[in-house]
Amino acid sequence: MNENEILRLKELAKKIRLDVLEMTFKAGADGGHLGGAFSCAEILAILYGKILNVNSKNPFDENRDRFILSKGHVALAHYSILAQSGFLTQDDLNSFEQNNSDFPTHEVINIEKGIETSSGSLGYGLSIGVGVALNAKLKNKSYRTYVLLGDGECNEGSVWEAVQSAVKFKLDNLTAVIDFNEQSLDGKNIMPIQNLSGVLENFGFEVHECNGHDFNELENALTQNEFNDRPKIIIAHTLKAKGIKSIEGSEGWHHARLNQNDYENFRKELENA
Amino acid sequence: MSIFNYTPENISKWTRAGMRKSFGLQLSELAGVHENLIALTADVASSSSLNVFAEKFPERFFNLGVSEQNMIGVASGLAKENNNVFVCTFAPFVSMRAYEAIKILVCYMNLNVKIIALSSGFSLGVQGNTHYCFEDISLMRTLPNMKIFSPADVLEEAAILEHTANLNTPAFVRLTGLDGTPGIFKSDPDFIEGELKIIREPENNKDVAIISTGSVINECVRAARALKRENISCAVFNASTLKPFDDKKLKEISREYKIILTVEEHFLSGGLGGIVSEILAGDNEKQNARLIRLGIDDKFPLAGNYANMLEKSGLNANGIINAIKNACSKN
Repeated sequence: MNENEILRLKELAKKIRLDVLEMTFKAGADGGHLGGAFSCAEILAILYGKILNVNSKNPFDENRDRFILSKGHVALAHYSILAQSGFLTQDDLNSFEQNNSDFPTHEVINIEKGIETSSGSLGYGLSIGVGVALNAKLKNKSYRTYVLLGDGECNEGSVWEAVQSAVKFKLDNLTAVIDFNEQSLDGKNIMPIQNLSGVLENFGFEVHECNGHDFNELENALTQNEFNDRPKIIIAHTLKAKGIKSIEGSEGWHHARLNQNDYENFRKELENA
Repeated sequence: MSIFNYTPENISKWTRAGMRKSFGLQLSELAGVHENLIALTADVASSSSLNVFAEKFPERFFNLGVSEQNMIGVASGLAKENNNVFVCTFAPFVSMRAYEAIKILVCYMNLNVKIIALSSGFSLGVQGNTHYCFEDISLMRTLPNMKIFSPADVLEEAAILEHTANLNTPAFVRLTGLDGTPGIFKSDPDFIEGELKIIREPENNKDVAIISTGSVINECVRAARALKRENISCAVFNASTLKPFDDKKLKEISREYKIILTVEEHFLSGGLGGIVSEILAGDNEKQNARLIRLGIDDKFPLAGNYANMLEKSGLNANGIINAIKNACSKN
């Protein structure tokens, strides 16, 4: 990837973090899922900025790539990149967590706005992704299905049911990305999975590991195809709350309520990054 | 115009198979006319005759193995892409193991997924409480967008499957009874969604209205016939649509009859009797009928075969007769 392209993607990721910060601060006591939203900013930026074939002018296009957000609590980051991609308006973003909004904490299916599923309860996105990818095989469609999961979410048994079926049905048109920030709501090592990449490989996935904040590494992982007939999974190593040095990787930022002081300091740091 | 031929040959074939094993046979016929119809199962293709479907339409059949939540998730993904998706496994597993998946991935997203719950109620006999299902009506009726159907026999099963194949909404079809259970209908049941239909007229007076659902309605008809000899005149109504329920007809019944008796292979809480109680409790006009509910008490019964379970629970014809005689003596 050339410098200009990387700069462009960095701007998308920066805007995701600034939007997330803004939405979380405006939400006041309701707060927002800042930690995980910051950890997946580069993943969303490269998907929407370079990889996905989606177009806000033709949201119902049968041949569009499908992006399924399984870790639904980071919908606010998704809302930001959808706004940057022309699906959502600034008014839509401003309505985040407002009463009767179409854009609550956890997203609700809205194909016109680029939202493919309703999520919020963890462990389901990969199953839906299997169904969507199967549909492409059935109808000879060339679209790809992408699913973004969290590593904490992989504690759900349903994820492993979906893993088995993705392999059985040879869904080489399915890419899952795990935002591997090594934390869940309660913090670090709550229910660690030993050797996740080895486990997934043994199940029959094509597995890639990369730095989830490095666009070159992400691009390589997303575009490499070593096997036909295997679904692909990328373990993207990330830091929770990435972007704010004082809190990066520390516990307690899964869901945040921001005071004026933190908000202003964080904002300055993100703007100057 | 139905795609099914309600010929003596078909009726006899379905009756021998029972509701569970008729499902795959009937769905195979529907798949012939519905090109976007897809069938999923969680390792019960042979139990449901979906293996017949799989042979005829291998590209439209997917066996997910023993993973009910994933089956619902895959169904959701396929339905989202404009497929007409039927999923099936045994009633307790699909309705309880996959309940939250059904809530979110089917009902909340309001997708075209038909859930076929095999062998509900006491159908699995000696297999015991893990395999009984007395909770599914209660669970499913609390989910917005969900429709619930419960055929009285294999003919109505065909009619209901055909109806649901034409729907573009979530639906739950509760199959009950054993293979060989005699039918209620003799020809096309002319199923209409949401209709609480009389299947046995009272002899003269409107003494008792029995309202039932599923194959246990056979016991109700037998009870009604026997009570004729005791000069108790009973009508039998078939509640084969549990949601949306026919409130209007129920309220009429409550004004015309002296006793309403609900009969179901389901816990007393939240099932057919629960539905009827709630509707009548919300009716401001004068009611004539006293409501009595027959169903399964709030405990796990000791296992036994189908006939034994019905008998122990007071849901066979004798139990129903006793309940009605008892109620009439107090009226």
